[in-house]
Amino acid sequence: MNEFNGEIKKMMIILSKATLENVYAAFVLANGARMEGIEAEMFFTFFGLEAIHKKKLEHLHVATVGNPAMHMPTMLGGLPGMEVLATTMMKKEMEKVDMPDVHEFLDILTASGVKLWACKLAMEMFHYKKEDMYDEINGVITVGDFYKQGSGMGTHMLFV
Amino acid sequence: MEKKIAEKIIEVNEEGYLTNFSQWSKEIGEEIAKEANINLSPRHWDVITYLQNEFKNEVPLSIRKIGKSGVVDIKELYVLFPTAPLKTATKIAGIPKPASCI
Repeated sequence: MNEFNGEIKKMMIILSKATLENVYAAFVLANGARMEGIEAEMFFTFFGLEAIHKKKLEHLHVATVGNPAMHMPTMLGGLPGMEVLATTMMKKEMEKVDMPDVHEFLDILTASGVKLWACKLAMEMFHYKKEDMYDEINGVITVGDFYKQGSGMGTHMLFV
Repeated sequence: MEKKIAEKIIEVNEEGYLTNFSQWSKEIGEEIAKEANINLSPRHWDVITYLQNEFKNEVPLSIRKIGKSGVVDIKELYVLFPTAPLKTATKIAGIPKPASCI
Protein backbone atom coordinates (compact mmCIF):
# COMPACT_ATOMS: atom_id res chain seq x y z
CA MET A 1 0.00 0.00 0.00
CA ASN A 2 1.15 3.52 -0.69
CA GLU A 3 1.18 6.54 1.58
CA PHE A 4 -2.57 7.02 1.11
CA ASN A 5 -3.25 3.48 2.20
CA GLY A 6 -4.80 2.62 -1.16
CA GLU A 7 -7.17 5.57 -1.11
CA ILE A 8 -8.24 6.92 -4.54
CA LYS A 9 -7.03 10.49 -4.96
CA LYS A 10 -7.69 11.12 -8.62
CA MET A 11 -9.73 9.52 -11.43
CA MET A 12 -8.52 9.92 -15.01
CA ILE A 13 -11.42 8.96 -17.27
CA ILE A 14 -10.94 8.40 -21.00
CA LEU A 15 -14.09 8.59 -23.13
CA SER A 16 -13.72 7.12 -26.62
CA LYS A 17 -17.38 6.56 -27.56
CA ALA A 18 -20.28 8.85 -28.41
CA THR A 19 -23.23 6.62 -27.57
CA LEU A 20 -25.41 8.21 -24.91
CA GLU A 21 -25.08 5.32 -22.45
CA ASN A 22 -21.28 5.50 -22.55
CA VAL A 23 -21.15 9.29 -22.32
CA TYR A 24 -23.44 9.28 -19.29
CA ALA A 25 -21.49 6.48 -17.62
CA ALA A 26 -18.28 8.50 -17.94
CA PHE A 27 -19.96 11.72 -16.74
CA VAL A 28 -21.56 10.06 -13.72
CA LEU A 29 -18.21 8.51 -12.77
CA ALA A 30 -16.41 11.86 -13.03
CA ASN A 31 -19.09 13.77 -11.12
CA GLY A 32 -19.35 10.99 -8.53
CA ALA A 33 -15.62 11.24 -7.90
CA ARG A 34 -15.87 14.97 -7.19
CA MET A 35 -18.84 14.38 -4.88
CA GLU A 36 -16.61 12.04 -2.84
CA GLY A 37 -13.76 14.54 -2.68
CA ILE A 38 -11.75 12.76 -5.39
CA GLU A 39 -10.14 14.77 -8.19
CA ALA A 40 -11.31 13.97 -11.72
CA GLU A 41 -10.09 14.67 -15.24
CA MET A 42 -11.56 13.51 -18.55
CA PHE A 43 -9.85 12.85 -21.88
CA PHE A 44 -12.13 12.87 -24.91
CA THR A 45 -10.75 10.89 -27.82
CA PHE A 46 -12.06 9.51 -31.12
CA PHE A 47 -15.87 9.41 -31.08
CA GLY A 48 -15.84 10.55 -27.47
CA LEU A 49 -15.07 14.02 -28.86
CA GLU A 50 -18.72 14.30 -29.95
CA ALA A 51 -19.69 14.63 -26.28
CA ILE A 52 -17.89 18.00 -26.16
CA HIS A 53 -18.58 19.08 -29.76
CA LYS A 54 -21.01 22.03 -29.60
CA LYS A 55 -23.06 20.98 -32.64
CA LYS A 56 -23.10 17.26 -31.87
CA LEU A 57 -23.46 16.98 -28.11
CA GLU A 58 -27.22 17.62 -28.14
CA HIS A 59 -27.77 14.87 -30.70
CA LEU A 60 -26.12 11.81 -29.17
CA HIS A 61 -27.97 8.51 -29.48
CA VAL A 62 -28.37 5.24 -27.69
CA ALA A 63 -26.90 2.33 -29.67
CA THR A 64 -29.71 0.03 -30.84
CA VAL A 65 -27.53 -2.20 -33.03
CA GLY A 66 -25.05 -4.54 -31.38
CA ASN A 67 -26.43 -3.74 -27.94
CA PRO A 68 -27.79 -6.95 -26.37
CA ALA A 69 -29.38 -4.96 -23.52
CA MET A 70 -31.89 -3.50 -25.99
CA HIS A 71 -33.57 -6.93 -26.08
CA MET A 72 -34.55 -6.66 -29.71
CA PRO A 73 -33.25 -8.42 -32.82
CA THR A 74 -30.22 -6.60 -34.26
CA MET A 75 -31.96 -6.22 -37.63
CA LEU A 76 -34.86 -4.41 -35.99
CA GLY A 77 -32.47 -2.05 -34.25
CA GLY A 78 -31.15 -1.02 -37.64
CA LEU A 79 -34.54 0.14 -38.96
CA PRO A 80 -34.92 3.88 -39.61
CA GLY A 81 -36.08 5.80 -36.56
CA MET A 82 -35.22 3.05 -34.07
CA GLU A 83 -32.29 4.94 -32.53
CA VAL A 84 -34.39 8.08 -32.19
CA LEU A 85 -37.19 6.12 -30.52
CA ALA A 86 -34.84 4.38 -28.07
CA THR A 87 -33.09 7.67 -27.33
CA THR A 88 -36.34 9.53 -26.66
CA MET A 89 -37.45 6.77 -24.29
CA MET A 90 -34.14 6.77 -22.46
CA LYS A 91 -34.09 10.56 -22.14
CA LYS A 92 -37.57 10.46 -20.59
CA GLU A 93 -36.42 7.94 -18.00
CA MET A 94 -33.29 10.00 -17.32
CA GLU A 95 -35.29 13.12 -16.59
CA LYS A 96 -37.28 11.08 -14.05
CA VAL A 97 -34.12 10.22 -12.10
CA ASP A 98 -32.95 13.84 -12.27
CA MET A 99 -30.29 13.23 -14.94
CA PRO A 100 -29.27 16.44 -16.68
CA ASP A 101 -28.89 16.63 -20.49
CA VAL A 102 -25.37 16.48 -21.95
CA HIS A 103 -24.79 20.23 -22.04
CA GLU A 104 -26.03 20.80 -18.49
CA PHE A 105 -23.97 17.83 -17.32
CA LEU A 106 -20.84 19.44 -18.81
CA ASP A 107 -21.71 22.64 -16.91
CA ILE A 108 -22.05 20.65 -13.68
CA LEU A 109 -18.73 18.88 -14.28
CA THR A 110 -16.78 22.07 -14.90
CA ALA A 111 -18.44 23.85 -11.95
CA SER A 112 -17.40 20.87 -9.82
CA GLY A 113 -13.77 21.24 -10.89
CA VAL A 114 -13.52 18.35 -13.36
CA LYS A 115 -10.88 19.09 -16.00
CA LEU A 116 -11.93 18.36 -19.60
CA TRP A 117 -9.26 17.63 -22.21
CA ALA A 118 -9.68 17.01 -25.94
CA CYS A 119 -7.32 14.58 -27.67
CA LYS A 120 -5.08 16.41 -30.14
CA LEU A 121 -4.68 13.49 -32.53
CA ALA A 122 -8.42 12.78 -32.77
CA MET A 123 -9.18 16.51 -33.16
CA GLU A 124 -6.86 16.60 -36.17
CA MET A 125 -8.29 13.39 -37.57
CA PHE A 126 -11.88 14.71 -37.48
CA HIS A 127 -10.80 18.23 -38.56
CA TYR A 128 -12.30 19.77 -35.41
CA LYS A 129 -11.12 23.16 -34.15
CA LYS A 130 -11.01 24.24 -30.51
CA GLU A 131 -13.81 26.76 -31.28
CA ASP A 132 -16.04 23.85 -32.31
CA MET A 133 -15.81 22.43 -28.82
CA TYR A 134 -17.63 23.20 -25.56
CA ASP A 135 -16.26 26.54 -24.33
CA GLU A 136 -15.12 25.38 -20.93
CA ILE A 137 -12.71 22.63 -22.03
CA ASN A 138 -9.30 23.02 -20.44
CA GLY A 139 -7.36 22.39 -23.62
CA VAL A 140 -6.34 20.17 -26.50
CA ILE A 141 -3.54 17.86 -25.40
CA THR A 142 -1.60 14.74 -26.37
CA VAL A 143 -1.94 11.41 -24.64
CA GLY A 144 1.47 12.06 -23.08
CA ASP A 145 0.20 15.31 -21.57
CA PHE A 146 -2.80 13.45 -20.16
CA TYR A 147 -0.58 10.85 -18.48
CA LYS A 148 1.43 13.69 -16.99
CA GLN A 149 -1.77 15.16 -15.56
CA GLY A 150 -2.38 11.85 -13.85
CA SER A 151 1.02 11.50 -12.22
CA GLY A 152 1.17 11.10 -8.46
CA MET A 153 0.06 8.60 -5.85
CA GLY A 154 -3.51 7.36 -5.75
CA THR A 155 -4.38 8.04 -9.42
CA HIS A 156 -6.59 5.59 -11.27
CA MET A 157 -7.30 5.45 -15.01
CA LEU A 158 -10.51 4.31 -16.60
CA PHE A 159 -11.30 3.68 -20.28
CA VAL A 160 -14.89 4.05 -21.45
CA MET B 1 -23.28 4.61 18.51
CA GLU B 2 -22.80 7.60 20.78
CA LYS B 3 -20.38 10.47 20.40
CA LYS B 4 -19.67 13.50 22.53
CA ILE B 5 -20.07 16.64 20.43
CA ALA B 6 -20.12 20.15 21.92
CA GLU B 7 -20.39 18.73 25.47
CA LYS B 8 -23.44 16.64 24.57
CA ILE B 9 -23.88 12.93 24.00
CA ILE B 10 -25.26 12.51 20.48
CA GLU B 11 -26.43 9.45 18.51
CA VAL B 12 -24.38 9.06 15.33
CA ASN B 13 -23.81 6.29 12.77
CA GLU B 14 -20.40 4.74 11.98
CA GLU B 15 -19.60 7.59 9.55
CA GLY B 16 -20.40 10.27 12.11
CA TYR B 17 -23.79 11.37 10.72
CA LEU B 18 -26.42 12.25 13.30
CA THR B 19 -29.14 9.60 13.38
CA ASN B 20 -31.65 11.83 15.17
CA PHE B 21 -32.00 15.35 13.78
CA SER B 22 -33.81 16.57 16.91
CA GLN B 23 -30.48 16.28 18.76
CA TRP B 24 -28.85 18.80 16.38
CA SER B 25 -27.96 22.33 17.45
CA LYS B 26 -25.87 25.13 15.92
CA GLU B 27 -23.04 24.34 18.34
CA ILE B 28 -23.01 20.73 17.20
CA GLY B 29 -22.92 21.87 13.55
CA GLU B 30 -19.98 24.14 14.34
CA GLU B 31 -18.11 21.33 16.09
CA ILE B 32 -18.59 18.92 13.15
CA ALA B 33 -17.49 21.68 10.75
CA LYS B 34 -14.33 22.21 12.79
CA GLU B 35 -13.53 18.49 12.45
CA ALA B 36 -13.81 18.96 8.67
CA ASN B 37 -11.54 22.05 8.85
CA ILE B 38 -14.32 24.41 7.84
CA ASN B 39 -15.00 27.79 9.42
CA LEU B 40 -18.71 28.42 9.00
CA SER B 41 -19.56 31.76 7.34
CA PRO B 42 -23.08 33.13 6.78
CA ARG B 43 -22.97 31.59 3.26
CA HIS B 44 -22.27 28.17 4.78
CA TRP B 45 -25.29 28.63 7.03
CA ASP B 46 -27.48 29.55 4.03
CA VAL B 47 -26.62 26.18 2.48
CA ILE B 48 -27.03 24.25 5.74
CA THR B 49 -30.44 25.81 6.43
CA TYR B 50 -31.54 25.03 2.85
CA LEU B 51 -30.45 21.39 3.21
CA GLN B 52 -32.28 21.04 6.52
CA ASN B 53 -35.48 22.42 4.99
CA GLU B 54 -35.24 20.02 2.06
CA PHE B 55 -34.75 17.19 4.55
CA LYS B 56 -37.79 18.24 6.57
CA ASN B 57 -39.84 18.32 3.35
CA GLU B 58 -38.47 14.85 2.47
CA VAL B 59 -36.95 16.04 -0.82
CA PRO B 60 -34.05 13.81 -1.96
CA LEU B 61 -30.85 15.83 -2.32
CA SER B 62 -28.63 16.02 -5.38
CA ILE B 63 -25.87 18.33 -6.58
CA ARG B 64 -28.00 19.24 -9.59
CA LYS B 65 -30.96 20.33 -7.45
CA ILE B 66 -28.78 22.41 -5.15
CA GLY B 67 -27.31 24.12 -8.22
CA LYS B 68 -30.81 25.07 -9.33
CA SER B 69 -32.05 26.04 -5.87
CA GLY B 70 -31.12 29.71 -6.17
CA VAL B 71 -29.41 29.41 -2.77
CA VAL B 72 -25.96 28.54 -4.06
CA ASP B 73 -24.48 27.49 -7.42
CA ILE B 74 -22.35 24.38 -7.79
CA LYS B 75 -19.12 26.31 -8.13
CA GLU B 76 -19.67 28.17 -4.85
CA LEU B 77 -20.79 24.97 -3.13
CA TYR B 78 -17.37 23.47 -3.91
CA VAL B 79 -15.67 26.64 -2.64
CA LEU B 80 -17.60 26.52 0.64
CA PHE B 81 -17.19 22.76 1.14
CA PRO B 82 -14.16 21.85 -1.00
CA THR B 83 -13.97 18.15 -0.16
CA ALA B 84 -17.08 16.09 -0.91
CA PRO B 85 -19.46 19.09 -0.55
CA LEU B 86 -22.79 17.32 -0.22
CA LYS B 87 -21.46 14.71 2.23
CA THR B 88 -19.73 17.31 4.36
CA ALA B 89 -22.60 19.80 4.36
CA THR B 90 -25.22 17.20 5.30
CA LYS B 91 -23.03 15.93 8.13
CA ILE B 92 -22.73 19.46 9.54
CA ALA B 93 -26.49 19.96 9.04
CA GLY B 94 -27.21 16.86 11.12
CA ILE B 95 -29.16 15.10 8.37
CA PRO B 96 -28.51 11.74 6.64
CA LYS B 97 -25.87 11.34 3.93
CA PRO B 98 -27.61 11.66 0.53
CA ALA B 99 -27.83 8.48 -1.53
CA SER B 100 -27.73 10.37 -4.85
CA CYS B 101 -25.20 9.66 -7.62
CA ILE B 102 -25.63 13.05 -9.30
